[in-house]
Amino acid sequence: MRFMMLMLPNGYQNAPPGTLPTADAIATMRKYNESLQKAGVLMALDGLQPPSVGGARVTFSGGKPEIKDGPFTEAKEVVGGFWIIQVKSREEALEWASRCPAPPGDVIEVRQFLEFSDFPPDVQEAMMNMPAIEGET
Amino acid sequence: MWRIESPRLIAGLTRMVRDVGVAEDLAQDALVAALEQWPQSGVPRNPGAWLMAIGKRRAIDGFRRAEVGERKYAELGLTQQSQHELDAATVDTALDDDIGDDLLRLVFIACHPILAQNARVALTLRLLGGLTTTEIARAFFAPEATVAQRIVRAKRTLTAARVPFEVPRGADRAARLASVLEVLYLIFNEGYCATAGEDWVRPALCEDALRMSRMVAELMPEEPEVHGLAALLEIQASRIGARTGPNGDPILLKDQDRTRWNHVLIARGLVALERAERLGGAHGPYALQAAIAACHGRARTPEETDWLRIVALYDALLEVLPSPVVALNRAVAVGIGYGPAAGLEAVEELHGSGLLDGYYLLPCIRGDLLLRLGRESEARAEFKRAAHLTENLRERSMLLARASSPTATQRGEA
Repeated sequence: MRFMMLMLPNGYQNAPPGTLPTADAIATMRKYNESLQKAGVLMALDGLQPPSVGGARVTFSGGKPEIKDGPFTEAKEVVGGFWIIQVKSREEALEWASRCPAPPGDVIEVRQFLEFSDFPPDVQEAMMNMPAIEGET
Repeated sequence: MWRIESPRLIAGLTRMVRDVGVAEDLAQDALVAALEQWPQSGVPRNPGAWLMAIGKRRAIDGFRRAEVGERKYAELGLTQQSQHELDAATVDTALDDDIGDDLLRLVFIACHPILAQNARVALTLRLLGGLTTTEIARAFFAPEATVAQRIVRAKRTLTAARVPFEVPRGADRAARLASVLEVLYLIFNEGYCATAGEDWVRPALCEDALRMSRMVAELMPEEPEVHGLAALLEIQASRIGARTGPNGDPILLKDQDRTRWNHVLIARGLVALERAERLGGAHGPYALQAAIAACHGRARTPEETDWLRIVALYDALLEVLPSPVVALNRAVAVGIGYGPAAGLEAVEELHGSGLLDGYYLLPCIRGDLLLRLGRESEARAEFKRAAHLTENLRERSMLLARASSPTATQRGEA
């Protein structure tokens, strides 16, 4: 089963441009990432700039898209990076998240992927009969 | 935690006690100790090192017990000395590299050719995959007692034969490595195309094999075929979500909704394939199969598939892996790339050889090609024959449906 571990760094919503982890922090995190890779559970990982760099929110409050540039100072927390892992159980996912060398105050939100098989059969049927997104002829 | 720590733990302990069975018992003891102590003491900074220290401690106690025969003494020794060792273990960072070597030795031992194939599979899932006997039994529809027995016997065989705990070098290496890759591929295939039971795919087993293949690729980064296998499994696994319909029925490759393929896995597979090729392994049997899978993985629509390249890759594969099943797959590719008449010609050759008598896919593919040539009644008979040859219930019902109404669906490579 697949899980996404969403890293919510403390105060990242207000981080100014150029906010980067220290060389030490990078080295520590690298070791952790290697342990995920060596165990064969890591599918993908990446980091995100703070919302002040290139970030925007496209909201649909009136049904129409509205663009609001970052930073999102009113947000309680924002995503700073993610891992996608493939593990045997929820317990294992939580175990991996707990092993992350995250600094005090950070949060890792662990979320399970929604799989096709999670939908009831009739919804699956409907999804399958939909034309594929990339023009299949 | 067992799943994360047990392979490394068992590997490290095997080096010490030279017996996988004993090492596994020690590892389990260490885990029990952790479950007892951690709720009070908190999880140590380096759980793996903590467990290893406990396991080694118990191993030493075991040696002592054997020598002095005084059980009590050993137990006292444990409580007094363990704390010191645990403190030392938490700063033991050099551990990691050693463990990598031990883990690789464990891989080779679990897949040792001295063991029967089903014993290798069970032992690998158990030692490297961290699966319980119950999980393995469920995965293979075997009674738990049978699997437990199989594992016990395998460990005994290894001990009796004094199989050295080492990474094979020299002439032995190629054959031993081939056995490792074969075991992982077998596990994956049992999940990808179940030979028995209700379900036609069992994704959990595929994930186990995939995980172990990534692990092994990390352990042997210089071996091209290891990356070839990893590439093959990643790309095949990318289709798992799209290979079954709502009722669990198989969906053929050409009918699959390609937006539901897992593109992260495809990308990973392509990277692994490139790595295999860069290491000079483009003509390894797994790398070639991965290259074929990649042809499908890259095609955004079935029509975009480069069938001529696939035929060429099958030709190359037949040179290194001259098997009738490969020849049959090649015939399917020929049937699409060069037309049904050419495909049927290739199939007839195989049919005549008698090498695939009893293999359900032969009549199935023959039926397809006959149908495309407009020879419907012959096609029906072939589908019927195929249905009676398969053990998988889902596939059987699909084939029977085709025998009664052959034009409704067409068979492709799933």
